[in-house]
This record gives sequence, C-alpha cells and structure tokens, in this order.
Amino acid sequence: MIGVVVVSHSPELAAAAVGLARGLMPPSEVRLETAAGTAEGTLGTDAMAIVEAIGRADDGEGVVVLMDLGSAVMSAQTAVEFLEPEVAQRTRLLAAPLVEGLFAAYSAATIGRDLDRVCAEAEKAVDAKKKQLAG
Amino acid sequence: MASTIDLKGLVTWLELADAVIAEHADELTQLDAAIGDADHGTNMRRGMAAAVEAVAAGQFTTADAMLKKVGMTLVSTVGGASGPLYGTFFLRMGGALAGKDEIDAAALAAAVEAGIGGLVQRGKAAAGEKTMLDAWYPALEALTAHPGDVAEATRAAADAAAAGRDATEPMIATKGRASYLGERSTGHIDPGAASTALLLDALARAAAGETA
Repeated sequence: MIGVVVVSHSPELAAAAVGLARGLMPPSEVRLETAAGTAEGTLGTDAMAIVEAIGRADDGEGVVVLMDLGSAVMSAQTAVEFLEPEVAQRTRLLAAPLVEGLFAAYSAATIGRDLDRVCAEAEKAVDAKKKQLAG
Repeated sequence: MASTIDLKGLVTWLELADAVIAEHADELTQLDAAIGDADHGTNMRRGMAAAVEAVAAGQFTTADAMLKKVGMTLVSTVGGASGPLYGTFFLRMGGALAGKDEIDAAALAAAVEAGIGGLVQRGKAAAGEKTMLDAWYPALEALTAHPGDVAEATRAAADAAAAGRDATEPMIATKGRASYLGERSTGHIDPGAASTALLLDALARAAAGETA
C-alpha cells in the first residue's frame, strides 16, 4: 500500500489535515504520517523528521509527500537526499495543494492504487475544484 | 601567512560563526522582518548553536565527516528555508573535501563552489535575485583569485561577501518570501546575504589564527 506523508510548518495544520482526511473517508489501512514544526514546537520544517516520517509510511511500495509551502518543499527535497536510494526511488514529492492532494492520494492509496496512479490522482485533485468554480 | 586551514581551524570557524550570528541575531531578524517572516536571526542562532554542539560531541578526523555533520544538524534544527539551504551548502562543501584534514586555498575554493552548487539546486536562484548567492558568488570569485594563502583568500572572500550583501539592498527579490513584495522589496538588505557575510567573516578570522 502506498504511504502518505504530510509536511507542514505547523503541527496543528498537519494534524488537522490528517484528521480531516481520516474523518471524511471510510476507515483505511493507509499509513498516514506527518512531519511538522521544529523540535522546539515552533513553526518550521525539519528534513530529518521528514526522513523518519517517510520511513514510517513506507511498507516497500512507495510514499507520496504533500507539503504546505516554501521551506517545507526545500526540506522535503533535502530529506530525499538522505533516503536509501531504493526508498528515494519510490518516494514522490507532489505539487498538489495540501488538502486536495491529501484527500486524493489517501483515497487512491486506500483502494490499493499503485505509486504512479496515486500521484496522478493527487496531481489532478485541484481540477475538480476548478471545474466547480468555472460552472 | 597560513597556507592551509586544518580541522581545528574549521572548528574555530564554526565557533566564531556561532558567536557572530548570536551577536547579530536581532539584526538578522529585523532584516527578515522587513521582507520576510522575521525568523532568520532566531533560526540561524538555533542552528549554529546546535552545529557547534554536534561538532564538539563528535570525534572527527576528516573535514567531510565534520562538515556533513554540520549540514545534517542545520537541516534538522534551523526550521526555515535557511536550514535546507545552509545545510545543503555544508553537505556539498564536505563532499568536496573527502578524506582531507588540511585544506589549502584551492581546495577551499573548490569546496565553496560545490556548496554554492547545492544552494542553486535547492533554492533554484541565480545571481542578482536578492539572495545569499549575491554574497556567495563574489566570495567565491575572491577565493579563486587568491590561490596561495588561505588567510588572504578568506579575508578577500569575506570583504567581497560584505560588498555583495550591501549590493542586495537595491535589488528586487524574485525568490523566496520577499518575492511576494515585488518592487517593495527594494531598499532592504537580504537577510541570507547578511548571514553569509557573517559566516565568511568568521572563516577569515579563523584562518588568520583568531581563536574562539
């Protein structure tokens, strides 16, 4: 099963996003992990914490990472450099917006989609909102 | 004359850098408050203190092992964008000094160049975009121009970085948080360029034999 990691500057934002995904969807076996805030509890991101979260989320099939913005993206990219090559190979950082991407990735992972499909679902997640607003 | 800098000199560099960053932390945060999110001084102070502590706790026999430890500590403790940026800088710098415990000016220039490569890869920035690169590039040029003596080379690099920092004032930011301000980012020194100038000043002082 594909694992999902949420990276945010804010522990509260990450926890709430995870709570929202879990609360609005049927029970799931998907490993959903967070890496958010600094060790001191301030706003920020920690590349090593992201490495650990990816490790927890990975069961060998792959992991997708959703990030909030700015240095969260840079820290996630740094984290990938610290992964074992075969883990890095099956880890994807997604450009999808955090909430929409998380819902789409979590749903696709829950029904057993593979890494490519989970990524594709997350990356097109914002399209549904765009269509709705265009109408 | 100091034709090389050894591991002890690198440790002194980090200690002097920690002290000078702590001393200027409020100033860095104020620069960041003008065009960013007002955390650069606090973040850098926390990161450098952790880096010095990690280096003191370890037994390092090569520059690469030591500088990689510094990089890993920074990516884990700084919190803001300067964590992955400076962290990657030190990781790449260390990578270019594999197995070395004594570094001459040419090796130092090559290591700084590798570090800058990491900054570019991570930050996707270029010269003239009001970032720390505007201090690093002139510093590298000065290092390269003084291949003989490390003390002389690092002093020239520190002076060039300070001039580079000052030159960011009129620039318009197109990268990072400051880019949201567009033209209103002009008239402020870039905080990353300011912390880079402090790091290089500490390096020049360590190379000249100053102790922490």
